Amino acid sequence: MNKSWWKILATVLVLFSIIAGFLFHVPAKPILNETIRNIHFHVPMWFSMIVMLTVSFIYSIRFLNSSNENDDLMAVESANVGIVFGVLGLVTGAVWAKFTWGEAWSNDPKQNSAAIALLVYLAYLVLRNSLEEEQKRGRISAVYNIFAFPIMVVLLFILPRMTDSLHPGNGGNPGFNTKDMAPELRPVFYPAVLGWILISTWIATIRYRIRKIENKQYDNN
Amino acid sequence: MDLFNQVKFLIRKEIMLEWRSKYALNGILLYVVSTVFVCYLAFREISSPPTWNALFWIIMLFASVNAITKSFIQESRGRQLYYYTITGPQAIIISKIIYNILLMLMLSVIALGFYTLVFKNPLGDPLFYMLSVLLGSISFASVFTMISGIASKASNGGGLMAILSFPVIIPLLVVLIKLSKNAMDGLDRSVSYDEIGVLLAINVIVITTSLLLFPYLWRD
Repeated sequence: MNKSWWKILATVLVLFSIIAGFLFHVPAKPILNETIRNIHFHVPMWFSMIVMLTVSFIYSIRFLNSSNENDDLMAVESANVGIVFGVLGLVTGAVWAKFTWGEAWSNDPKQNSAAIALLVYLAYLVLRNSLEEEQKRGRISAVYNIFAFPIMVVLLFILPRMTDSLHPGNGGNPGFNTKDMAPELRPVFYPAVLGWILISTWIATIRYRIRKIENKQYDNN
Repeated sequence: MDLFNQVKFLIRKEIMLEWRSKYALNGILLYVVSTVFVCYLAFREISSPPTWNALFWIIMLFASVNAITKSFIQESRGRQLYYYTITGPQAIIISKIIYNILLMLMLSVIALGFYTLVFKNPLGDPLFYMLSVLLGSISFASVFTMISGIASKASNGGGLMAILSFPVIIPLLVVLIKLSKNAMDGLDRSVSYDEIGVLLAINVIVITTSLLLFPYLWRD
């Protein structure tokens, strides 16, 4: 019970954000209208993805220092979960873009950057599959992960700000960012972000424990 | 020997090896020239400047991946063991990066020369365009050197190289295309300072992480 409070919190927050996200009153803005409810689902996916990929980066550094196999497992599992959340973010974003911008893929810099970031991590997984020996696989894929991460940060956080974007808050585009988000959205949005980040952490730890058990069984046989 | 001398020595070794077996160098030059020629026969003429610019960078991208892939793969195991005994990892990665920068500079000048010869297109600010090409070849060299080191450790290095390097190079390529497009249109140079700053910053990050990470990649 002491250890699982954050899992309960995650479940409650996500359930709350789903119910409240669909039922609560939202401001009626031109173009956006009711689609603004997607903000409670689309944006938390990106937060979760970035948190998971950062965790993967940190565990890759730890693996290089410790050569402990478990660090490598955590790095790859959090990258896996990060990719899943990234795909969900792209899909929810594409649905939203279809309604507000007119096209599912609108050549928006943030959309493109997110797709490229996913390519980096898919390449990371391909690299892992092409290496047989465990220590070597862990070390070389950790090197690639650490090498790619700073470039991804530039890609996701600096380049979109240099060009015009359809996303709010970039390139002089009027819209909401954290400062001018409508007040009635906030009580649902912040719990949703926290809840989804916790859920993604939970999934990653479960995946990590499954892999550890699998490895132990493999060693015993 | 201190680091500086080691690096100098290793670069001289790279150039000498390249010069002795000219096939690799000639091969890559022929690759660029024939790619440009294939594009010329396919397109005949390019009327829109953005397409001209994009095609040039795509040719450069493929040529540089091809040129740099071999920088670690060609080294035999025995030779790597020998380096292991006489120098440190930093000296090796620095010398490889510098050598690849030199190679890319030569390659890009030849590519640009031949490209402008077959596809005529007025450049608004030729000097500044050259600068963007030089920055581009430095960026390609610094990113691809480390990735070719990573790819060389895997069993199918050549195929993996493209998969690993393309997503990493895209951010740089986007900035480079924008910078060279500005130069092409002959915009005022101060417009492009942002892009140059970002490129230099990414290069500094890439070279620093290469220096930090190569020691882990090196030992086998």
